[in-house]
Amino acid sequence: MSIAWYLAVSAIVFSLGVIGVITRRNPLVVLLCLELMLNGANLSLVAFSRMWGNGDGQILALIVMTVAACEVCIGLGMIVAIYRRKLPIDVDELRELQG
Amino acid sequence: MSSVMFFIAGSGAIAGAVGVVVLRDPFFSVLALVGHLIALAVLFLLLRAEFVAAVQVVVYAGAVMVLYVFVVAYVGDDAKGARGDELRVGGPGSVGSNLRLGGAIAGGALLIELLIALLGTGLKAIGEHGAGYSPGPRTFGTPAYIGNLLLTRFLLAFEAASFLLLIAAVGGVVLAGRRGGLGEDGDEGRRVLTPLDLVRPQGTGTTAEGAGGQHR
Repeated sequence: MSIAWYLAVSAIVFSLGVIGVITRRNPLVVLLCLELMLNGANLSLVAFSRMWGNGDGQILALIVMTVAACEVCIGLGMIVAIYRRKLPIDVDELRELQG
Repeated sequence: MSSVMFFIAGSGAIAGAVGVVVLRDPFFSVLALVGHLIALAVLFLLLRAEFVAAVQVVVYAGAVMVLYVFVVAYVGDDAKGARGDELRVGGPGSVGSNLRLGGAIAGGALLIELLIALLGTGLKAIGEHGAGYSPGPRTFGTPAYIGNLLLTRFLLAFEAASFLLLIAAVGGVVLAGRRGGLGEDGDEGRRVLTPLDLVRPQGTGTTAEGAGGQHR
């Protein structure tokens, strides 16, 4: 398959992630959709890496995975903190910074 | 053969992504994301990125998703149901359906723009199968190749990533900790401050705390 097909798949996955981030209200699912966007970017990075026959894109994909793991760690910690304060787990109702 | 594998894995990845966005129960969303990640790992293998595919399955679909499953199980029913999960069910014109429509339009517009930008590019190589590739133990995409790059050209990025992981781990513990910064409300039960408290961070496990004597 030519590289363009992989890029098309990555664009579709990224757009689906954007739709999820906009429409879903559960912060857990919003985090999952952020993962989708990062994965779409990862796929295009690896595809471009294959296109040039150069490993730099794969290294960048690995770094993106690291950043995604950090984001999951912090995001899930925040969700657990929200839950422990008995606040609603809903991004529309959590519009104030003060608890 | 690789075309067949591409269409199976590509449609699996897209179906998993749709499942993450559409499914109502967060638990099923997590499972759909696991399927999506595994399909994406197959795509990485087709792109000769063996090490990245292995890391994707082991770290992402394994460890990170287990963390998600634990948090979904911990938060439990609060995260779904009438209030917390999906957009409010309503007729056409309600806030929920307007938001859903607007999100779909924005995402579709972004998709079209991305496809124009990616496929309409002047790069000739985009229509080809990629650079030349000959299998071997140290060739493009193998662990030896990636490790060599990470420890030579990208050493700074490697070290920065390790430091970032350390910060994220500490931050996660502080945020979700038993009496972290966002912890209990009742401050009136605090004990008298001693000089030791200035040098010792809270909750690092003295014997008295372990026996539940100080705060709980």
